[in-house]
Formats: sequence, structure tokens, C-alpha cells
Amino acid sequence: MTMTDNRQNTVIGTRQLRREDPALLTGEAKFTNDLNLPGALHLSILRSPHAHAAIVSIDTAAAKASPGVVAVYTGAELQSQWAGPMPCAWPVTPDMKNPPHFPLAASKVCYVGDGVVAVLATSESASRDALDLIEVEYKVLKAVVDVEEALSDANIIHEDLGTNKSYTWNLKIEATEGCVEEAFQKAAFKVSERYVQQRLLPMAMEPRAVAAVPQPFGGDITLYSSTQIPHILKVMAALTLGIPEQQVRVIAPSVGGGFGSKLDVYAEELLCMALARKHGLPVRWVEERSENSMATIHGRGQVQYVELAADKSGKLTAVRVRIKADMGAYLQLVTPGVPILGAFLYAGVYDIPHAYDFSCDGIFTTLTPTDAYRGAGRPEATYAIESAMDALARQMKIDPFELRKRNFIQKEQFPYTAFSGLTYDSGDHLQAAEKAAGLADYVGIRAQQAKQNVPGAKKRLGIGMSSYFEMCGLAPSRVLASLNYGAGGWEAATVRILPTCKVQVVTGTSPHGQGHETSWAMIASEKLGIPQEDIDVLHSDTAISPLGLDTYGSRSLPVGGVAIAGACDKVIDKARLIAAHQLECSADDLEFAGGVFSVKGSPDRAVPMAAIAFAAFTAHNLPDGLEPNLEAQYTYDPPNFSWPFGTHMCVLEVDTETGQIEILKYVAVDDCGVQINPLIVEGQVHGGVIQGLAQALFEEAVYDTDGNLKTTTLAEYLVPAASDVPSITTAHTVTPSPTNQLGVKGIGEAGTIGAASTVINAVVDALSGIGVTSMPMPASPQTVWRAIQSAAKK
Amino acid sequence: MVDIKVSITVNGTKEEKDVEPRTLLVHFLRDQLQLTGTNIGCDTSSCGACTVHLDGEAIKSCTVLAAQADGGSVTTIEGLSKDGVMHPMQQAFMENHGLQCGYCTPGMVMASIGLLNENPNPTEEEVRLGLEGNLCRCTGYHNIVKSVLAAAKK
Repeated sequence: MTMTDNRQNTVIGTRQLRREDPALLTGEAKFTNDLNLPGALHLSILRSPHAHAAIVSIDTAAAKASPGVVAVYTGAELQSQWAGPMPCAWPVTPDMKNPPHFPLAASKVCYVGDGVVAVLATSESASRDALDLIEVEYKVLKAVVDVEEALSDANIIHEDLGTNKSYTWNLKIEATEGCVEEAFQKAAFKVSERYVQQRLLPMAMEPRAVAAVPQPFGGDITLYSSTQIPHILKVMAALTLGIPEQQVRVIAPSVGGGFGSKLDVYAEELLCMALARKHGLPVRWVEERSENSMATIHGRGQVQYVELAADKSGKLTAVRVRIKADMGAYLQLVTPGVPILGAFLYAGVYDIPHAYDFSCDGIFTTLTPTDAYRGAGRPEATYAIESAMDALARQMKIDPFELRKRNFIQKEQFPYTAFSGLTYDSGDHLQAAEKAAGLADYVGIRAQQAKQNVPGAKKRLGIGMSSYFEMCGLAPSRVLASLNYGAGGWEAATVRILPTCKVQVVTGTSPHGQGHETSWAMIASEKLGIPQEDIDVLHSDTAISPLGLDTYGSRSLPVGGVAIAGACDKVIDKARLIAAHQLECSADDLEFAGGVFSVKGSPDRAVPMAAIAFAAFTAHNLPDGLEPNLEAQYTYDPPNFSWPFGTHMCVLEVDTETGQIEILKYVAVDDCGVQINPLIVEGQVHGGVIQGLAQALFEEAVYDTDGNLKTTTLAEYLVPAASDVPSITTAHTVTPSPTNQLGVKGIGEAGTIGAASTVINAVVDALSGIGVTSMPMPASPQTVWRAIQSAAKK
Repeated sequence: MVDIKVSITVNGTKEEKDVEPRTLLVHFLRDQLQLTGTNIGCDTSSCGACTVHLDGEAIKSCTVLAAQADGGSVTTIEGLSKDGVMHPMQQAFMENHGLQCGYCTPGMVMASIGLLNENPNPTEEEVRLGLEGNLCRCTGYHNIVKSVLAAAKK
């Protein structure tokens, strides 16, 4: 399919500075913990110091007598507050095992950080001080730390389930029965690799914070939370607490980053709401960083077994994948679905026949629950296929870029119906890869490598690449239904033209750094022909924006942004009727451009939107039967996922004596279709790349064998600083999506999806000449040094 | 322990307050003066979100007791703009998309101004090293570095 793009955009595609910035740059913006709530009680939570233990007894007497303490509650004492357990919205299989999970543990704790006792006091320091006075007697049980050992069921965490396995989810696609097996038997080349996706801590810079403000007599309650999902949270909180949904309002004030970690319904949100209602006072809670490390979800946590079969030219003939996915102690909002989001991507960007066999076991451990973290399943999948492709290239002794070229889905094949039945909307992988190769000087680096990587070289040069698809823009509701997801994937928007021709755009997306206010105003300005500065964007308050499904999965633009365009269309359609009435012509005779309706062929017969807006407001002279006011609500359910793609390349040197890695160049060529605001697109790529690079080189949630998290602070958990990372060369190709009117795709997760495998492939590439064929993440100097030493002994 | 009296000039205004001896400067600013632009991102002095200027020097306000700042002069993010116009560093961050969620931003801006005070014409590497006490999770630092280099040229 040939892509032609006839859009004549004037606002879309320009680098607009962000309207969000002045408030954030001057301290004017209010994050949840900045809210001034006189008389609020402060919640603190005593957390389990054990990974797995029965609660024998709890003595709260001394805490209750502590100055400033208003109340102390155990899990058992609060059990009557809950209409149901905390929600998991994604039962991936009908027989998935899901242990009841309540905001405070009542009889046993299942991870270090599990909430045990809630203290309410008149100040934050008083509530924290009282935690030290609580005596809990535990009967310590054996921790279950290793996800593969957990499967043996030697120590069962949730006794009532009878097993540590939550589910097995399969995706086996065979053109003919047994064709996967046959492909492996006939393969000229086979690779069989095991990769570990270490647990990561999301570490949004703003720790979570919550405040619940009740109306004791009116019955309503407002929840302020540092969340990505005010709309989903409203529904779930109402259900979990048994409060009529119309009485719950959720507001996400300024939110200091999320990366998936605030895509959840958390115990502290429910506790604040329950206790605010019980005490008739505002209740607030703010997370300490070390608490954040234990009580906010973790990312990744998978062991991957990946097998590729290829013919003698290297053309892939089958893919087989087995995943052991660490759920942690409980299933949070979408925990079980995270590996399933990756399930469709283990063939990467390659044209493979219908010979695909994926199976994932979701397994409980006595560790912090995992859930969506930037990319959620897709960085893991991309890492596996892209690392395995390099392994295959090494086995075949051909260049890894050449191997990819032999397997890329060709641009003529789009829209491409994949083995899975999903349709990849548009793409040109070769173009993106060649652009990246040019920017990274792939040929030059290979030549330099031949000179530099001689036996005994202290510094070895490597270049790595990764070509990716990001299956994003969650999501077509019917596809989500087929995956047993508990909600739809639509997004809502309202466009309201005020009497003075100023505009309110109301969105169901909930930004926390992505700049939606700026980009959504650009879309509305382009559509309506009204200047951006006359357009306000409202969001993240369920009373102002009652319909929405929030921000995650790179969905905001390809779903929420398209919804705004659709709402603008509806407003324009209505305005057209009023214009036709005023101009005494047929609506079909009108054209609309630059905010003005004019009669085709008679441009002097025209009426501007401002006149129509005022006429719609006064309603003195509207067409018969037309409602006053100029407002439209539109809900967009995407017909497909959006499929951004690209190629990243990394050039680096490894010091073979110290294991130190120096990145010389990082190139990211991403294609997210039409870009609304290239400034923001680049920013998303920069941040995403560094988050993926951080997984490759720095970050890991380290547990000891007793299930104690050893990396609870930012001194121990190595979020990279500016001095640890390189500048990034960004470039793009533009292949519009044919499935939505803006031609857009998502970009929020692309950087992270491409980066980890790119960096690790470069490290292995640098060292493959001295026998290193794999590199665990994070590739710290010590890990790299050990790999070199161990290869030397072989 | 009994409260102690401190007198600290904050953004040009002399503030006299009673504080608990254990009160950190960041809590004094946020809780007693409602200057909530200074954020708290960790409990180990690692993240730098709470960076302010004390007597002209960029410091992490979680590492200083309010009592230690007694008699001193503090500038917070709220004190940077003059007559409704943002400080050149704030403008540079806006012009170069040096922020996304904005949580690290006040500290990052204060640290960056401190950096240029000490080294008015830094190289990219010097900017990266100079900001290593301030963590950002959104931007990958690329545009923060660009912002500081642009501010240096202003």
C-alpha cells in the first residue's frame, strides 16, 4: 500500500512550546501533596518487615496513646469497610487464580511492604512516630523469591489456591497441525535463548500521594490522587467501598510522572476514602521514597525462553516462547495482562508464517506485586526477539543488520495481517533501519571495529541495533474483550464553543508530563480554525470530564486525540447548519476553512465561527428544531491498535579490564505517523530511551533470599543521573496510520521498547570476538567484567 | 523538645516562626510558608527535587535544618520570577522542552542556576556532571542539558 498524505496542516506538525510549563516552572502547579487541607488527618501505614508471615497478634495500645494519634486500625478491624477485594481488571483466563487482596492484610503478610496497621493522627510526624509503638508478632514463613522455583509449589503462598500458579495463557498459531514442531525439525538454524527481565522500580519522581475529602452530611466524597487513571479509579473505588458511583469524584492534580506505576487502584486510596468517611474529616497520605520502592508496583520480572527456527538463508520459519512471569504477591489492576500485551510481539517486525507458539505462566512470589511499567510486556518481547536475532546472526556468521533485512515485513505488505490475526496498519522498517544506520555510520563503525577489536584490545567497539513494533493505543474494545480485559478501550472528548468563540476541550485522557493541554489545543485549533490561545483543555477531574479511560499504553493521542478531532467534526457539522440558515443556502453548499464558512464559489458570502457561536448562544434565530449552544461529545473506539515502529542503534566501547561501558552514540529513528508536536515527540523518545537504557545498564530491584528488598532508596537503586547517560540523536520517518483521521500513532513507550535490546546487543557485539555471547541486565561493570573473565576461561 | 524560633529571609521577606528542632528546611518552606514549589522526591538526599538557594548557594533543603538556616537568606522557585517575567533559566527550560511532568523541575532549575553561577560557560559534560545530584525520570536529561547550555548563552 502506498501512503500518500494530503493533509495540509498549519498547526499540526509545528514545534509549539508547552502551555503547561509556566505553572510547573514557577512552583504554581499543585501536586497532590501540595494541597492545603485544613483539619486533615494524616494516614501512616505500618508495613510488613517479612516477605511471608502469619500475623499472630497486634498490640496497638501504645500507638493509640501517642500524642496526636486519633485512631489506629488493623486489617481485621477495617474488614467491614470493604464491599469487595481490591480489583484486578484483567482475568486473562477463565480459571485464573486470584487471591483476595484487601488494603490491609488481616491474617498473613505476603511481601515486605504489605500494609498491616493504619494510623491516623493530626500531623504527618505524629502518625509516623506512632508506627514505632505498634507491636506485631509474626510467625515467619518461608519466602518464595525465585519465580521458577515458585512453580514447584514447595511453599504455597495463598493456601486456598493450592498452587503458586495463577494462570497459563497460550497463543498457539499453526497453519497446519504440528507446523511449529515441523519447522524446528527442518530448520537449518535454531537458536534457543534464556533471558531474564529483571524487576524494575518505576521511580516516578513524585512519590504517590492521596487525599480524600468527605462531605459528611451530603454524602459525596472527593478523592485527590497522584494517579494516571482518575476515571477508572472512580469506578473501582465506588465498587470496592460500596459507595454509589455518582457520589465519588476523583481529581488527579498535577501528577509527577507515572510510567504505569500510577495506573492502579492502590490500598492507600481506598484507606483514605474509607477513613475519611468514617471520621468525617479529610484524610491524606504521602509516600516516602523507601515506601514507594516496596508498596508501589514493580515492573518487568519475567524469565523468557525463546526459540527461533530459520531456513538456510536465515529466514525465520517459527517462533516458540515460554514465559515465567512474576506476578508478585497479589494481582493488581492489570498484573496478569502485562505479559499478554507482549505475547503478539515475539515475532517482532518480521514476516513469519503461521508457526508461532507462545505460552506464559503467571506465578505468585512473596514480592511486591508487578504491573504495567513503561511498555508493559512489549519491551520484554522486543528484547527477546531482537537479542535472539543477534544470536541467530552470530550462529550464521552474518551481519545482524543483513539478517534483519532478510526478514523485515516489506512496506508493500502493509496493511499486514500477522500470524496472530492482528493487522499492522502501516510501516516501512527498512527505511527506518537504513536511516538509523546512516546516522550511526553503521558501515564506518564496522570498518573501525575490524581495526580496533584486535586480540588484547583494551577497549572494544560495539554496535547494536533493534527494530521494533509498538502495539499501542489501547485499544479496540472488541479486541480487549477477546483478551478478557474488564473494560473498553475507547476515549471520550467534548468540544464546547463558548459564546465569545473561545473553546473548551474536555478530554478523558489524564496527562502527567505528556503535554496533552498543548497538543490537544493544537488539534482543536487545526480542526476549528480557532487560535490555540483561545482554546482551553480540561482534564483529570471526573466532575469536569465525566467520561474517560485515562492515560497509559501510548493511547492518549491515537485514541484520545482522535476523539477530540471527532468531537470537532460534530461541532463543525452543527455550526454548518446554523451557517447555512444565516446564509440562506444549503449546508452542502458550504465549505469550512480557517474558521469561516463560505458558499462554494462565492467566498464573499461567508460567516465566521464567532458569529455562529454567538447565534448558537442567543438562540434567537436558529434553524427549526436545532438545539441551542455549540457543543459536541464524541467517543472514539479505535478500529485497530496503532503500530509505531522504528530502529535504534547504539555505538559503545567496553573497557575489557574494568567492564566499564562508554556510550559513544545513540540513534533513535522512530515512526509514530503524523506528529502533532515534534518537540513533545522528541521529548518522549529521549525519556523513553534513557529508561530502557537504564534497564540495560543500571537498574534492578535486588532481593535477598528472604525476600527483603535491598534497593529501597535512590542511593541504592540506580536511576541514572545526567552524568551517566548520553545525548540522543533522534530522527523520524513518517508513515501515517490509515486507521484514524489524524494519521497518528502513539509514542510514549517507543523509546523504552527499543532501547534495552539495542544497548545489550551493542555490548555483546563488542565482546563477541572474545567469546561473550550473552549479557545479563543490568550490564554493570562487574557483570561485564565477569562475563569477559568467564568467556576467557572457556 | 520545645520549639525554637528561627528568622529566615525567604524570597526577600523576613519570616520569623517557631519550629520543632527537627524541622528540615524543606518542611519549613512547604508546611509553614506554604511554598509548595519545592518538592520532596526521596528520603536520602539523592534526588535534588528540593534544591533551593541558601545564601546564594544551591543546596538540598532536605539536608539542612530550618534551625541551621536561621539568619540566612533563602530563594525558592517561587522567588525567581520578577514582575511576572520568568528567570532566564526558567525561560530556557520552557524553550527547550526541559521538563515534562515538572516534579524535578524546581530543583533542577535552582541547581542549574547554581551551576552557572559557579561556571558561566560550561561544556555539555560539565553540565551533566554539575547536575548529577538532581534526578529526572521523564526527559532523559537531553533537553535539560540543552536548556542549561542555552541559558548560559543568554
